[in-house]
Amino acid sequence: MIASVIDSLNAPLPHGELYAIAAMAFVTALLRVGGYWAIGRVPLTLRLRRGLEALPAAIFAATIAPLALRGGPAGWIGAAVVAATMYLTGREIAALAAGLAAAASVRALGF
Amino acid sequence: MDERASIPTIPFTFAAARAGVRHCLPFVPGYFLFGAAVGALAAQKGLSLGEAVMMNALVCAAASQMVALQLWTPDWTWLQVAACAGVAAMVNLRFVLSGASLRPWLSPVRAGFVYPALGVLTDAAWAAAVRYHAEGGRDFGFLAGASVFLWLTWIAAGAPGYLLGALVSDPRAYGLDLLIVLAFTATLVPILRRTRAYAPFLVSGAVALAASLLLPGYWFIVIGALAGAGAGAFLPARQDARQDARA
Repeated sequence: MIASVIDSLNAPLPHGELYAIAAMAFVTALLRVGGYWAIGRVPLTLRLRRGLEALPAAIFAATIAPLALRGGPAGWIGAAVVAATMYLTGREIAALAAGLAAAASVRALGF
Repeated sequence: MDERASIPTIPFTFAAARAGVRHCLPFVPGYFLFGAAVGALAAQKGLSLGEAVMMNALVCAAASQMVALQLWTPDWTWLQVAACAGVAAMVNLRFVLSGASLRPWLSPVRAGFVYPALGVLTDAAWAAAVRYHAEGGRDFGFLAGASVFLWLTWIAAGAPGYLLGALVSDPRAYGLDLLIVLAFTATLVPILRRTRAYAPFLVSGAVALAASLLLPGYWFIVIGALAGAGAGAFLPARQDARQDARA
């Protein structure tokens, strides 16, 4: 029984790439709506509300810090340039352009 | 404490939808650059043009598409399909939290409107909407406009990305692998200035850094963000800052 299940999981699957795209789409959509749905099923206490209000800045920080470090000098120099440009000008497009230029320059220098 | 009684109704206007689109325009060049990076990988892994565009339309999450494409194979089995879905889920786990963060704002909006907009929500659209909300905006049209506009942009970026992708043989050389970091930093600065939520920000960044050194994959986003949200919920609030943020 178990052996036949394992066999069928390992059997060649025609058009597997289409199943893969569909499966990726399904789980991603589920995640996109799931958090919003689930949090609506619990009482919105003051504490929960404050946690949710802190969540965006927390998601940004949790994404930026490790990925910038993983990106090497180009990562944290690029992020610093974006932050400085954004702080001074308040314009997203300028900040992104400056940051991308800085990151590409650092990479071009071989870091 | 149930605050449902005090929740106001949420407007939906086309003016706000247009504003949502306008605030996402700066991301369009980046989407096409990233589309070239994903498209190059898709072409290299043997996807047809139609499959590449279909993946953009249905999955619509660039980082997870790139990671899943690393596992692409000519010899498909159900296990391979499950592996691709699994890594996509890992990379996209953050959507659970970004969706949850929108609940206090959007819970009065009818499910039939919210879920389709959430279904195609991308990081950039979410970030623009969060900034709009932090600056006092409440119109659901902003999120819907931003979300749908960037979804269509990502679909539109599919074909040129696939066809031109061969020219961008090494996205790293142009810093394109850092696009999420740079875009998030640009969005974070004004939010942090306005809300002054430094404690959640610092806790989250530190915990995420530690988690990224200890654990494989993308768990660090979820672990760090939950730690930061916990700090926001349990640390004493700064009265001045909180009133600022609400105003």
